[in-house]
Amino acid sequence: MSTTTTSQFQPNARGYYGQFGGAFIPEMLYPNVEELREQYLQIMADPEFQAEYQQLLRDYVGRPTPLFEAKRLSARYNTRIYLKREDLCHTGAHKVNNTVGQILLAKRLGKTRIIAETGAGQHGVATATVCALMGMECIVYMGKTDTERQKPNVERMRLLGAKVVAVTSGSQTLKDATNEAIRDWISNPVDTHYIIGSVVGPHPYPDLVARLQSVISEEMRKQLLEKVGRELPDYVVACVGGGSNAAGAFYHFLDEPSVQLVAVEAAGHGIHSGHSAATSVLGTPGIIHGSRTLLMQDEHGQITEPYSISAGLDYPGIGPLHAYLGASGRARFISIEDEEALTAVAECSRLEGIIPALETAHALAALGQLGAGPDDVVVINLSGRGDKDLETYMKYADKLK
Amino acid sequence: MPNRIQEAFAKKGQNLLNVYFTAGYPKLHDTIPLIEALTEAGADLIEIGMPFSDPLADGPVIQQSSTVALANGMNLYVLFEQLRDVRAKVPDTPLLLMGYLNPIMQFGMEKFCQAAAEAGVDGLILPDLPLAEYEEEYQSIFKKYGLQPVFLITPQTAPERIKHMDTLTDAFLYLVSGPGTTGGANTQAEGVQEAYFERIAGMNLRNPRLIGFGIGDKASFQRAAGHAHGAIIGSAFIRALEDAPMPRLRLSSSFLPFSTDSPHSNIPPVILSLRRTFG
Repeated sequence: MSTTTTSQFQPNARGYYGQFGGAFIPEMLYPNVEELREQYLQIMADPEFQAEYQQLLRDYVGRPTPLFEAKRLSARYNTRIYLKREDLCHTGAHKVNNTVGQILLAKRLGKTRIIAETGAGQHGVATATVCALMGMECIVYMGKTDTERQKPNVERMRLLGAKVVAVTSGSQTLKDATNEAIRDWISNPVDTHYIIGSVVGPHPYPDLVARLQSVISEEMRKQLLEKVGRELPDYVVACVGGGSNAAGAFYHFLDEPSVQLVAVEAAGHGIHSGHSAATSVLGTPGIIHGSRTLLMQDEHGQITEPYSISAGLDYPGIGPLHAYLGASGRARFISIEDEEALTAVAECSRLEGIIPALETAHALAALGQLGAGPDDVVVINLSGRGDKDLETYMKYADKLK
Repeated sequence: MPNRIQEAFAKKGQNLLNVYFTAGYPKLHDTIPLIEALTEAGADLIEIGMPFSDPLADGPVIQQSSTVALANGMNLYVLFEQLRDVRAKVPDTPLLLMGYLNPIMQFGMEKFCQAAAEAGVDGLILPDLPLAEYEEEYQSIFKKYGLQPVFLITPQTAPERIKHMDTLTDAFLYLVSGPGTTGGANTQAEGVQEAYFERIAGMNLRNPRLIGFGIGDKASFQRAAGHAHGAIIGSAFIRALEDAPMPRLRLSSSFLPFSTDSPHSNIPPVILSLRRTFG
């Protein structure tokens, strides 16, 4: 975990990364968010918190996750590709790095009830898991559409003792699940902690989640030194819905300008098809879920419904840090369509014996567009495994060639 | 010079009724007829909701009305066009616009305030506008156009924050009755809620107070009004509109003052229900 630095990529006291960030919340949430803002850095710096967090990351999550040299993918793209194996984390994705940290934080804040939103279900499962571990009540909001396309994760959450609420408002996906979670928090302001799963929401969430996920890039640097003799790769590639795995993968490289940071978004049926989630291209500055960032909206400021084959990338905004990384030119954004992602699923499965999550497949599909040379070191954050997507993969079997 | 909101409170010190409706609901062009009907029915203040796709502080009733209004084609351009002549029809009733920041940001805050002032709007309720951002970026614009901000207070709002909000407005303070979104059932024990109302009443604030959220029948209106200067009805009125949509309301030309008890057969059902429920 990073200590506070003077980096331009750290938020200021009010949670702004340049023009993006802040805490645009109704008064009903102000005391909760303010309590968190006042305490999170102090609690996270506490040696007791660190000891408990690090021990859980090691013994429960299974960290450090390996950095795997993907030789056959490397041969295919004529560059040196390393996969950061977040898919090997307990629960199958990077999401648990954050939920383990936040449940410890919630305990120290004296909270007894946990709520969460989830898209693909990975964050919901990770939250349900740590709630079971700590004996806390857990309610997970999930768009009804997502409960249908991610059934195995719904069953996992239930098995872990969580209550899954299928949200029927709006597009019935991640945006609406987030709205409902926020409304729950408004209704239960004293005893409840909201474990947000991405680097979105009001300050301090984007910074809190980025710090908890920064263990990914911290490990990458050490592992690269061991494996290639230098801490800095040439490229770090990660998919972005809200952007938590990308924030974690980029974190310790933000102030290393030689490292190209590549954020990969879901373009659905095509960026301009009307069925897309490519916020960096289609988005304009606005406010969603308590933060000023880039979001997909119409000319009247109504938030539009995004589309992606992947439930985890089906979000009309991106985290304010990513909006800033894009605006400042620090990160490069690439958009990947559904079919390209499916092709990447097949390629990674057959060349490396690793079935990636649909979200992660978007990052893998960007390999052909990087322009990396034979001596370049490319690290892809393999954010999650594809077990949860098997039903989708079976449905598109003809495209998985 | 006192503003219309202050005048309304000066004229009637207690039991003020503030009614919220969503612009463009149930039909796109119901806005002006509803303002007229509410005024004639005796509403003391009127809150015009600007529909938003993702209204975080609102419950299902208002969210659904916003969805319908947006589908009807409501947006800020249409709303300001509709409000253009409202002051010729309703000269005195304080009008407030309530809504979320994002549509306003896309319209442009200064342009929005100018349009609101030209329409004769008196105050703005923007639940997701942070105090710090208001003071640094928007206070001067609000002042330039004579618009009063209305701030929400909850049982968890710290006293010094309430006192600070009290210095930033010449309208009223909006007491959220308890934890929850608009239209929700109040789950707080009555004593807890009343202790909160009385704590705020005892702070000797400059501005009057209206209580809102979950005020849905005569009993809750009267209880709330007993601890403040009046109360705000939102979801309950939207539900009443569902039962008696505008065509019937518009057909009726005769409305009674809100406080009158004499029976009239031609009172539109929605206003009747308002008076029966809250009078």
